[in-house]
Formats: sequence, structure tokens, C-alpha cells
Amino acid sequence: MTAKIFSYYPGCTSHSTAIEYIEASLAVIEALGIELRELPDWCCCGAASAHNLSSSLALGLSSYNVAEAQKEGRDLVIPCAGCYGNLAQADYAMRHDAEVRRRLESEFEFSFKDEIRMLSLVDLLAAEELRGEIKALVKKPLDGLKVVCYYGCAIVRPGAVTGVDDCENPRRIDSLVADLGAEVIDWSCKVDCCGGDLGLTDAEKTAELVGRIVDYAEAAGADCLVTSCALCQANVDIRQSRMPILYFTELMAEAFEIGDRARWWKKHFNDPGKLF
Amino acid sequence: MDKKCDKKLGVFVCWCGSNIAGSVDVDKAVEEAGKLDGVVHAENYMYMCSDPGQQKVKDTIVEKGLDGVVVACCSPRMHENTFRKAAGSVGLNSYLLEIANIREHCSWVHQNNKPVATAKAVNIIKATLDKVKENLPLETLTIELTKRVCVVGGGIAGIMSALDLADAGYEVVIVEKEPVIGGHTAQVSSSFPYFQNISKLLGEKVKAVLEHPNIKVYVNSEVEVLDGYVGNFNVTIKTRPAFVDSAKCTSCGECLAACPVSLPDEFNRGLSRRGAIFIYNASAEARIPVLRQEDCRHFADFEQSQEEKCRACVQSCSENAIDLGALPGRSEEFVGAIVMATGYDLYSPANLPEYGGGTIPDVVDALAFERMLDPNGPTGGKVLCHSDGRIPKSVMFIQCAGSRDPERHKAYCSRACCMYTAKQARLYKRQVEDGTAFISYMDIRSDSRDFEEFVQVGMEQENLVYIRGRVAKVFEENGRLKVFTADTLTGRQITMDADLVVLAMAMEPKAGVRELAKKMNVTIDGDAFLSETHIKLYPVESSTKGVYLAGCGQAPKDITDTVSQALATAGKIQTMFSNETLIADPLIAEVKDDVCSGCGVCIEICPYGARVMNDFVRISEVNQAVCQGCGACIAACPNKACELINSTSRQFLRVIGDFTSKVKAVV
Repeated sequence: MTAKIFSYYPGCTSHSTAIEYIEASLAVIEALGIELRELPDWCCCGAASAHNLSSSLALGLSSYNVAEAQKEGRDLVIPCAGCYGNLAQADYAMRHDAEVRRRLESEFEFSFKDEIRMLSLVDLLAAEELRGEIKALVKKPLDGLKVVCYYGCAIVRPGAVTGVDDCENPRRIDSLVADLGAEVIDWSCKVDCCGGDLGLTDAEKTAELVGRIVDYAEAAGADCLVTSCALCQANVDIRQSRMPILYFTELMAEAFEIGDRARWWKKHFNDPGKLF
Repeated sequence: MDKKCDKKLGVFVCWCGSNIAGSVDVDKAVEEAGKLDGVVHAENYMYMCSDPGQQKVKDTIVEKGLDGVVVACCSPRMHENTFRKAAGSVGLNSYLLEIANIREHCSWVHQNNKPVATAKAVNIIKATLDKVKENLPLETLTIELTKRVCVVGGGIAGIMSALDLADAGYEVVIVEKEPVIGGHTAQVSSSFPYFQNISKLLGEKVKAVLEHPNIKVYVNSEVEVLDGYVGNFNVTIKTRPAFVDSAKCTSCGECLAACPVSLPDEFNRGLSRRGAIFIYNASAEARIPVLRQEDCRHFADFEQSQEEKCRACVQSCSENAIDLGALPGRSEEFVGAIVMATGYDLYSPANLPEYGGGTIPDVVDALAFERMLDPNGPTGGKVLCHSDGRIPKSVMFIQCAGSRDPERHKAYCSRACCMYTAKQARLYKRQVEDGTAFISYMDIRSDSRDFEEFVQVGMEQENLVYIRGRVAKVFEENGRLKVFTADTLTGRQITMDADLVVLAMAMEPKAGVRELAKKMNVTIDGDAFLSETHIKLYPVESSTKGVYLAGCGQAPKDITDTVSQALATAGKIQTMFSNETLIADPLIAEVKDDVCSGCGVCIEICPYGARVMNDFVRISEVNQAVCQGCGACIAACPNKACELINSTSRQFLRVIGDFTSKVKAVV
């Protein structure tokens, strides 16, 4: 990750439910001297609906975006966990399945070169090379803040696609948050399900799943839960009133003392402001 | 155009009933073969391999004075030997007879197209004739044979093959890394499916080994160097320093108490602790303590002066039996065959953090549970929670822990776990009658004599609770273990409490086997298991002649299968030893010494270690006994200085030419 300029795929939640996540992320990225250039002609990744209707539609939408990013020739940063999951799947399919690749290449009239990588925001910011810079930017260490890190599914599974450090026990957000001075507590729900799309269709089931996650976060002694996924954040934040659910970049911005944090806290159901 | 052949060649086309004649027009093939350069005789017959068929070949060789023969029939793997023997019996050098495979390579794969099949058969015959024309008459090679065996690994596999070979009258050397022989079997409490006492069964065999006049055992030892080749291996064995003099030691135990070091005991799988000087297996007959240099404080601190260094054990010993200045030993053994019985380790539970492996004391692996069940073990045979010593009222056995998980761990099935888990759960239930044994499984693999019955008794009569599904995670909550899993038969998620979790960890090859395999020139697979030559027909032969395989080093297996394989290995070696010398095929590489520049590429490429540099003349030579005629050096040689005898580049180019020139359909 030597190049400091990356292509950027905003996705839809960056303009809506996860606006605080994107603002915090962009502020942190700017502070680190990294430039993001929005992909000129990006389209929907297919979200959670496309792959339920047709696998070729889901692959097609994501592959189109991968092809567009290839034109730019830079690694593509995808903050939304869902978008990242979809694009990474398409990228993986084209790298490993010659038939799928040929089909998509002829559909989008391009030639897949396997030159750029799909990066989640965790891939970008928890990179080993950035550790020194991140530590140097910490103005207000988050001493005494007890945090559990929650990864969910989209940036973790399948391990072969995401290239995660360990899909049963991922540790990269943990070490990043620890670098901010917070006390990271090891717990056993890092990759449990938040309910995902059931948040829209089965509120009762989602509340049960979310309740369990928060139960264990509380039992572990955490003040707050930190995630990198907008859907996880929404599901867990909306359905309980016991602890704030933050994005990891919000926590970084807090430690860096940058960005309009007071405005972001207002977007949360459980106010993180009281923690700091 | 090549010059006219001056040899008299014969072609014999077999019908193989309708196997060949059904797809190949054998009359046409004979007619076409008869027109080929050098052919003075061509005929076909219904079964050429039958006695009258062979007689035809023999008679024709004599009558027409043939210089070369092509038999067009099935694969050379079937009858090359048959026809070469026949030719040899009437005075034709058997290497002047070749097989043209027109069955597997032709008639069987072109069953619906007789003209094409016939044309191809003629082409195969023509190409084989062109090879025969340049074949040289050869004699088989004779190799000296040392009728002694080195067994690497003194577990149940090594013990059983060593005893069999020793009983047959051959001298055997066992090289064992640990201080005593017995291997992992010594850690196991009892066997399935009959609950036999393993320490009694194994104890008898260990005693037989130690008392056998034909067996020499090197403990605390490893193979350092292997030189030589089949029939003539030279094994250099390195033995750790014997710090404790077994002649002086009275096994009083003072030194054990005096040692300030405290480490988890490997033999008891961490259920007890040991010093740097310790007794490896408390129930083994040899009760002489061993001192492990890498754990000992005396050797750890280089800063300290000789006086400051820890000498607690030496000071405690009233017999002066401990000498911290002891040096490692080296021995050489000349043997004709080697048995690789290197065994397994359990994949570490620390690889499964989601199950609390390596962090939660009451999550133990299956061998630790065996140690609990052993009356001579650290708990005196009682199943106890390792954390606080209470009797566990519910035990969760998790099968396939690390096995059958290609994405994260081992893709293979470890084979023994289904059965030993059933055994462990049944033994637990006998001990803790009001306890519950849960077994999480993917499938139950109980495919041997009385195995399925054994599992069924556990399920139906002893109330073992089998839950089909994979456990998601195990963690601690309020001092108890919580298990999240699913019953995939009912489709329900399950959250349950447990006092003890037993992980049936995957078996993996012993640590260090990669380096050892390299020394022994034995190929390994992607998981580092030693590879056999052929899984069906040569199951105990390694890729190097004279090196044989037995036990879990080759693949995971239970004691029953390990012993069967060990005895098969011993049988194979006895077959080899039934000859006074070894006979080798002369179809190997040779070097044109006027072309070889001594670059050494062939030495690196040779998978058998058969190429050696003659440093005196700087020419690479071929060790005739080791070469398998694979041809790797021929392809690698930049100067074309190597050739495969009777498969020279010239012969092969001609054969390729025959196949690539336009094939004319014969109708």
C-alpha cells in the first residue's frame, strides 16, 4: 500500500444512514494524507437484493464496478461492508473462475487483469505500515475506554475472498483501537450475526440476536461496541438502549480530535458523546 | 529418408478376444505392419499371451532369426515381462522386445471408429518398431544387499514392524526421538472396540523389543544423515547427551524435586507439570530421569560464571549420577532397508481460539482426556475438570476439531476420532453415571469390524447424546463453559452449558518430518504426510527404493490399521531380503562423459539422489542402483550429455515423428 492515492467507491449508505461513518472516515483518511478519488461512473453493488434474485445480476453489477476501477488503475477502497463483500466476491470469481471471467469480460467489453485490489476500510486503515502514523496522530488517547470490536460477516467471510487474518477470530480492528489508547476487551461475539437484512423483515429475531451480542458485550465489561459495518451499526444501535455503537473511524477521529463529532453523535440512537 | 533397416523384425498383433479385434482391424494391421521397413514377419492371434501365443513368438524368433520383436497388445504393465521372458528363453535379449499398447491407448478409447482405430494401431506399431530398431541388448544390474533394517520411530508402527523383522532373523535398529519407545499409544488408556488395556498390550511389545537379541534401540536419538541407496544405506544417528548415568541412577527421585524449573508435562498433555529433569512416562519401565537441555537453567544463562549456574539436580544426587558436561553421541548403522514410522502429533488446540483452545483450562484435547482415563495418569484415572478438580457433570466432545475444514485447517478426515470419541464418552459415562456426554459430530465414520456396533451401543444403551452439527464457539461465562452449536437434523440452534470440552483434534504429521523426509529423499504430500508409491498397489513403498512407510506418518489411522500396515511393511522387506542380491532394471540414465561439463543441474533435479559429481574429473555420474530411469536429468541437462538407455532422444524424436506425421486412415 505504498501509493497514497486510491480509488473510492462510496456506495449508497454513505449518503444516507451511514453519513456519520463516511464523514468520520474521510476526515481520518485526509488526516493520514491519503487521497481518495471517487470512481467516476460507479453504480449500485447489488446490495442484499440482487444476489437473492439472480446470481448473474449480482455478479454483473459488482463486476461492472471492478471493471471501472481497473480503468483507473488504483486499488479500490470500499467503506461499506456490504458493498465490499459484493465487489470482493466478483473480483474473486474473476480471478479464480475462468469461465465466469470470460462471460463478464465479454459482457462489459474489458479484459480482467488482476492488477488492483478491493480494500475494505479496515484493509486500508489497519495496515501495518500506517500504525506509526496513526499513533502519531493521536492527540487524546482514549485512556480508560473499554471497547469490544465487532466485525460482523461481510468483511470477514468467506476467508478466501476477504483475505482476513482469521475468520473465526479477526484481530485487526482490535489492534487499531488499542493503538488509540483504548482498552480492547477480547470477547466471543466478534463475528456473530446482527440479523442483517432481517432488521427489515423480522424485528423480533433481530432483537434477539442483537440482545445477545449486547449481553455479552456488557458481560465483558465494555463501555461501547465498535464496528465497521453500517448495517451492523444500525441493527445493534436501534434495538437496545444499553450502550453506544460506534464506527471505528469515529473512534479514530475522537482520538485525533478532528471532524464535527458532535454532529455525528446526533446520528446515533445511543449517544456516544457521554463516553468522552 | 532413413537408410534401410538391416535388422530382422517381427510383429505380433493380439486380438485380446474382442477387446482389440472389436475396434481394430487386426488383419489390416498385420498387412500394414508387414509393409514396414525391416519387418520380416507379421501375424495376429486371438490371445498372444496364452501359451500357444507365446510359442508362436518363440518359434518365429528361432525360425526367422529375429533381431527385434514388437508385440502389439495390452499395456506393458500387463505382459511386458511375460513376452520378454519368452524371448529371453529362446536366446533373444529380452530388451530387444517391446510392447505396442494398442488396447488401453487405442482400441478401448476408439470403440466406434474402426478405420481410425486401425490407423492409430498401425501408427503405434510403426513407432514401437522404430524404437526397437535402436534398442541395445542389456543385462540386469546386480546390487549388494545388507540384510539389516533401520526403523525410524518407536511407536506402535515401528515396534510391530521391528519385532516381525527381528523374529524373521534380521537385525533391526530402532531410532526413537523420545526417551522411551511406545509413542502416542503409550498415552492411550484403552482400545476400541473391546476396551482392552493398552498399557498391558503395549507393555508386552515394548518388553519384547527391549529383550530381543536382534533389536538395538537408540532412544533420545534422531537420524542426522542418510547416505547410500537400496540395500546399502548408511544411517548416521545423533543421540542427545545422556546427562544421567543409568548405571549409577537409583531412580530415587531427589533430582526431580530439586529442579527449580516447572513446565507443562508433554506426555500428560499439560495436565501435570515437570522440571527440566523429569521422568518422561511415569508408567514406563525405564524410570531413569532425562534432562532436557533446552529447558534447563544451567544451559540457559551464558552470562553466568560456572559457579553461579544452576546445579540443583547435581547437588541433590547422592550417587553422582548426573554429569552436566555430557556430550551428544553419534553412531553409524549400515542397513539395507528403512522403515519410516514417524507418526503424528495432534494439531494444536491453540489453532481453535473460538473453542477456547489453549486459553480455557477445561478445554482439553483428546490425548489429554486419554491421560485422565489412564489409572497411572496424572488424575489416577479420574475424569476431572483441569481448572478446579471437580467431577464434570456434562462433557462436550467435539469431533472434527481442525479436520474436514479445507478453508481454515485440515481438509482431510483424521479417521480415528469418531471411534475414540465414542470410546472416551462411554468410559466417561461408566465413571460418572449421572453425567451427560454430548458428542458434536459431522458424520459418524465407523467402518471397520465391530465399530458400528460399538457406536450404536453408546447411542442406544449408554445414552450418549449425539448432536449433528458443528460447534460455533465455546467460551467461559460465570465460571462455566458455554457452547453454541446447532442440531442440523432439527434445524435448531443450541446453547448449552458444559463442565469440560474435549476436542478431537486433527492428526498431523510429526513436527520436523519435512526436514527428515528431505534427508531420506521421501516425497511428502501437501499436508506433509509421507507419500506412498501407489495408493492401491504399492501402499507401503516410498518414492525411494528401500525406504518403506508405516503408521500415521503416511496418513491418519487407528492402532488396528497402523499395525496392519506395519506388518505389511515388515513383509515387504522380508520379500526383498529373501534374495541374496538385488536385481535392478538397466533402463536408467547414462552420461556421455565427453559431453558432460559438470554443471551439476542433474544433481539438483534428480528426485532420487541418484546423480553424483565425480569431483576428480568433474563429471556427473549415475548411481545405477538408485536411478529409477525417470528421465528428469535428461530433460534438465543443458548439454544433452545424459541419455536414458533404450529411450534415447534419437529414439524418442523418431517416435514423435511417427505420431506427428500425417495419419492416413486405413480402410
